[in-house]
Amino acid sequence: MKTQELTINMGPQHPSTHGVFRLILNLDGEVATGSTSVPGYLHRGLEKLAEGRTYAQFIPYTDRLDYLSSMSNNLGYVQAVEKMLSIKVPERAEYLRVIFAELQRIANHLVAIGTFALDLGAWTAVVFAFNYREKIMDLFSMTCGGRLTYNYMRIGGVSHDIPWAFIPRLRYFLDYMEDSLAEFQRLVTGNEIFQARTKGIGIISSEKARDYGLSGPNLRASGVNYDVRKNRPYGIYERFDFKACVLENGDCFDRYMVRVMEIEESIKIIRQAVRDLPEGPVMAQVPRNIKPPVGEVYHSIENPKGELGFYLVSDGGPKPYRLHIRRPSFVNLAVLDEIVPGWLVADVVAILASLDIVLGEVDG
Amino acid sequence: MADKDFTFLEEKIQGVKRVENAVQVPREKLIEVMGFLKEQGFDYLHDLTAIDWQKERFTMVYRVRSYTKPDEVTIKADVERDNPRVPSVVGIWKAANWMEREVYDMFGIVFEGHPNLKRILLEDDFEGYPLRKDFQP
Amino acid sequence: MALERYHRKNDESYLEKTLIVGTNVVLTTLEKLFNWGRGNSLWPLQFGLACCAIEMISSGQARFDLARFGYEVFRPSPRQADVMIVAGTITKKMQPAIRRIYDQMPEPKWVIAMGNCAIGGGPFADSYAVVPGADQFLPVDVYVPGCPPRPESLFYAMLKLKEKVMNPEKARAKDDGR
Repeated sequence: MKTQELTINMGPQHPSTHGVFRLILNLDGEVATGSTSVPGYLHRGLEKLAEGRTYAQFIPYTDRLDYLSSMSNNLGYVQAVEKMLSIKVPERAEYLRVIFAELQRIANHLVAIGTFALDLGAWTAVVFAFNYREKIMDLFSMTCGGRLTYNYMRIGGVSHDIPWAFIPRLRYFLDYMEDSLAEFQRLVTGNEIFQARTKGIGIISSEKARDYGLSGPNLRASGVNYDVRKNRPYGIYERFDFKACVLENGDCFDRYMVRVMEIEESIKIIRQAVRDLPEGPVMAQVPRNIKPPVGEVYHSIENPKGELGFYLVSDGGPKPYRLHIRRPSFVNLAVLDEIVPGWLVADVVAILASLDIVLGEVDG
Repeated sequence: MADKDFTFLEEKIQGVKRVENAVQVPREKLIEVMGFLKEQGFDYLHDLTAIDWQKERFTMVYRVRSYTKPDEVTIKADVERDNPRVPSVVGIWKAANWMEREVYDMFGIVFEGHPNLKRILLEDDFEGYPLRKDFQP
Repeated sequence: MALERYHRKNDESYLEKTLIVGTNVVLTTLEKLFNWGRGNSLWPLQFGLACCAIEMISSGQARFDLARFGYEVFRPSPRQADVMIVAGTITKKMQPAIRRIYDQMPEPKWVIAMGNCAIGGGPFADSYAVVPGADQFLPVDVYVPGCPPRPESLFYAMLKLKEKVMNPEKARAKDDGR
């Protein structure tokens, strides 16, 4: 019986590609023998647009990069500009930034684990995960009005102080989240089918992870202990007591488990931040027209997806001369073509979901 | 942290010099410098990009870090604008594969030795290089 | 339906009349029956492009439940869908794919442009790689402004589309000359 390899297209419109991403698979029966990733279907030219906007006008654009973790993107960008201008952010704003960034991390990981279970066929898990996330959306919209894109962090602080109802609701949410996470674990993590479909699938070894420049939960699941909040702390992260979650096997299950553990660590950080939150202003004295001195700056933070970096080159004018965004999803996605060969089509979907990419950040 | 790295580089390889908080490397020495850094334990190619100065040159910027040590080195290499060609560092860090394709897509800089230098973010038949300062859409 | 005729004549509701009389027969035209059926069971095409897609997914989940209107059946294949919700930025690379998917949908079909990017390019309108709006190459029926629009806005848009489907004479769309 003669057989032939088949080339199929998991096209830009596909329910499991997490956005407009095209994957061309070479199949031998059901086993994938090779793949070609074609990103670029959401390339909006943000780096060129930045050269036409002032520094403050670009903050809403950072929201739309990785649209599931907008607060973190905002944070990275404003911290880069503040580094360039040597602005000191008030203490209350620093603590608020930590609270919102960690809440955003929980929201992002909920979507990641929910859609990961959805791609494996578990339709119930994603409903639970999105329901938990709605409480976080309530907290965000109470403060700054937005549900998905916030424009909350500004150069020199944050834009609004929290309303009086925020802290009680946040405390309720943290307790609720711990119980909900236990409920989600009972539903999903211990499930035999889930474990059979994710343990041992899509193993990324630690050498390969380092060679491909991975970062974030994908890297820590392969055994490399590198968390920007610990290795190169920014803001006030040195004051908090938390651990970087590292596992060894590097398979899909470990990448999922690292995200679950990170939700628990974020809850710990938020509790400490709420306990130590000082009074005071939330915005520093910043000049109305921001014109940084000639020079360049680079700043990177721990986005929920990985290490997000902003490289700003200024020529003394009100608009940046060059802005480059080091996008973690773009770098993480490059490893997909390397680890796909040898797995079944259903496993390819699981591997892609476990890498947790967002196409707005791959920039297509 | 910064001083220690750059002086050892300057001693070992001729032609590199310190510029602000980066190291300026001539294009011919690029592979040698990168290989040397990899041997010293810099296993994390963090970022690879380019800047277009309108006066006849591009500058390639490489940001190299280590996963275990807190050190970081920024390497800059100048490329002329007319026929921009740079040796590729894919053989040293595989992370450079997609990053160099993006720089080729946006600036038109050709990387010699790259296994698959095609456009990555724009359509294959797109005309022009958007991030150049003289790009007209 | 015949319901409107009776309302216009200031009569009691038709249903009450039928119950009093004791019949279970309704008179209507085939056109109105099909429109009633189509409007109450639109099958959206799962077609999220960017950030608006997340709000579209949220509107189908437990809190804002799209299922209470009958529209929760998001079809991944265009051959089985009625309404295409274009949610997100349209780039020039993606435009031929979107047009092809629209052509693959069987008649009758409608398009909802969700979000500022699908209406007129949004914040990226002056970018070199973005198509400023879905109506450059598709006939759009309902526009939903917002960046991103809340799930309640999407519900309002779906209900407006339902009104348009059930009463096509109320909204004359432009000719599909593109």
